[in-house]
Amino acid sequence: MSALPKPSPARPLVEVINAGRSFDVSAPWLNRVLQRQGRTILKAVDDVSFTIAQGETLGLVGESGCGKSTIARLLVGLHAPTSGSILFDGEPVARFAKSQAMRRRAQMIFQDPYASLNPRWRVGRIIAEPLRLHRAAVVDQATGPRVREPVTANDVTDQRIDARVDALLRQVGLSPADRVKYPHQFSGGQRQRISIARALATQPDFLVCDEPTSALDVSVQAQVLNLMKNLQRDLGLTYLFISHNLAVVRYIADRVGVMYLGRLAELAPKTELFARPLHPYTRMLLEAIPDLEKTGTSRVAVAGEVPNPLDPPSGCTFHPRCPYANARCKAERPELKRHGLTLVACHGVDEGRIDAITEPVAVAS
Amino acid sequence: MPTPLLEVRHLRVEFPSRRGTLLALDDVSFSIAPGEVLGVVGESGAGKSLTGAAIIGLLEAPGRIASGEILLNGRRIDQLDEEAMRRVRGKEIGAIFQDPLTSLNPLYTVGQQLIETIQTHLDLSTNAARQRAIDLLESTGIPGARQRIDQYPHQFSGGMRQRVVIALALAAEPKLIVADEPTTALDVSIQAQIITLLKTLCRDHGTAIMLVTHDMGVIAETADRVAVMYAGRIVEIGAVQDVIHQPQHPYTIGLMGAIPSMRHEVEHLAQIDGSMPRLNAIPSGCAFHPRCAARFAPCSRERPDLMPAKASLAACWLHDDRHRKAAAAVHATLAAIDHGASLQ
Repeated sequence: MSALPKPSPARPLVEVINAGRSFDVSAPWLNRVLQRQGRTILKAVDDVSFTIAQGETLGLVGESGCGKSTIARLLVGLHAPTSGSILFDGEPVARFAKSQAMRRRAQMIFQDPYASLNPRWRVGRIIAEPLRLHRAAVVDQATGPRVREPVTANDVTDQRIDARVDALLRQVGLSPADRVKYPHQFSGGQRQRISIARALATQPDFLVCDEPTSALDVSVQAQVLNLMKNLQRDLGLTYLFISHNLAVVRYIADRVGVMYLGRLAELAPKTELFARPLHPYTRMLLEAIPDLEKTGTSRVAVAGEVPNPLDPPSGCTFHPRCPYANARCKAERPELKRHGLTLVACHGVDEGRIDAITEPVAVAS
Repeated sequence: MPTPLLEVRHLRVEFPSRRGTLLALDDVSFSIAPGEVLGVVGESGAGKSLTGAAIIGLLEAPGRIASGEILLNGRRIDQLDEEAMRRVRGKEIGAIFQDPLTSLNPLYTVGQQLIETIQTHLDLSTNAARQRAIDLLESTGIPGARQRIDQYPHQFSGGMRQRVVIALALAAEPKLIVADEPTTALDVSIQAQIITLLKTLCRDHGTAIMLVTHDMGVIAETADRVAVMYAGRIVEIGAVQDVIHQPQHPYTIGLMGAIPSMRHEVEHLAQIDGSMPRLNAIPSGCAFHPRCAARFAPCSRERPDLMPAKASLAACWLHDDRHRKAAAAVHATLAAIDHGASLQ
């Protein structure tokens, strides 16, 4: 199966270095003048750093408004970072705009399979569109090795595109006969398979998946997650998998990053994060998820809500909800620091005020 | 057994259309005891929300109850006229919907909406109603209720809005609340707060809840009993720990296996191939049989009704005495397949 060259572990495929992105959400100029308001800047992503190795899946979790989707858009070049840098295979992602060859290698799968497919196009055309744009990518995966060298556009005939579309449909568990249908003739899960086929069309190395299963029912979600895992194994894909569902991330990811208000609170290998969550927010999230094994038990609810990102709290942004917060947490912003295998941004953990783990969260494995 | 608070008998809901009548709910029967939480779970299109809508009399035309009956405290409510049903709704049955923004009127303050509801159902002066509204908001955990009562819905966050909706549903102290996906639109930490709130409030008031959701985790933590729906029918119903830990219907078994676990590391999720049938193409016999790994001779011919299956009731021929021998053979084959799969 995996005749692919093993990547060198030295160079991560994706490097995010102190990246930040802010949006100007000010009121219109006239309103600002009349109401004597300044500009309003929303820091959607603030000083985030992480890397993704080739063939790895990094899961990003967090609640709405924590900046996970902005990171997804930064990584495929849909937004430019306002600070820091993002490298893809050593090249700044900003160059995506100029280099088609680079753009081909990073693709995205969106949350809503109803909104992300053109309802007036047949499935065959939807999947073929990236192939027509990136003609160079049309090389049959089943027969040849993955070819990186450019194939001239003239080599790529419509027949070859058709053959590739058929192969892609089969690869995601649909039938070549489905190419003449329209998206509305498919169920949500099948549509997400079409999105995956379209993303795979250009033979990318890296897929950014923004909540790809959130709109799906659980049995269909299982189908799509299994498909994504198999594709990763067969094609050596690298994933950034964004979800608000920790159980889904636990299933699919190798490492997990937990985000809160635009910053990484904790980043750890999956087994470590679920066995020994360090950051109080991570513990809260793990504690808050309704659990099948907790029938009949009553829970301790977590107080508070995510603060307004336009006016984030000082110091550690989690401090108003944190049971361990002290004066330092209110004043000083914690940076990510290494604790064993985990990177965590928390003064309490750093000072040893918070025990590594108070109660076992995951006993069985 | 005490008289059930709500009893639904052989409920059948149809949608007449130009191309024939679509059967959305078929022979659905269940009951809810006073103070009990019944979870209704299923995937999109299973008919769980429709069951809730039929009970509170908010079926959208052209949908209609074709047969069967709904009894609240022994009194039929499915044949009431619009005006009588309006009095039942709110006073005797409260409703909570998924999206708190659409169930609140953006043009009125939270207080106006609460006071209106309270005065519709209870004989209180405006001042007393306002005091009651403040008490309700406080009991749902809204800080500074006395000030916030005069704010508009958009000034509340999603979680706070859902608290207001819960306060509205509880305003006239109904005995039953139909909650349709009350936490689906909320973040996990807020979801946990709302579930806890619903549970404690209903325990304190002795209110029964029909909790409609697709989230098994929410059901596991909240419900006493659970009904699993598939293609317009209840396929399994029983105590929540029985259904979750020892599901008896192949669909429930598949559904439970498909849920990624928070506590265990799994290599491969169980998956049910295919998807829920459309209403115009419900398979013959057991509607689940085309997707069922355990199907055998009678499944495609005859429709199973709910029958005893261990501690629960399941609509599956595997639990029928007449088919015991054939079912044993199916179980043996499945076990062999499972064994093979685990060897791979």
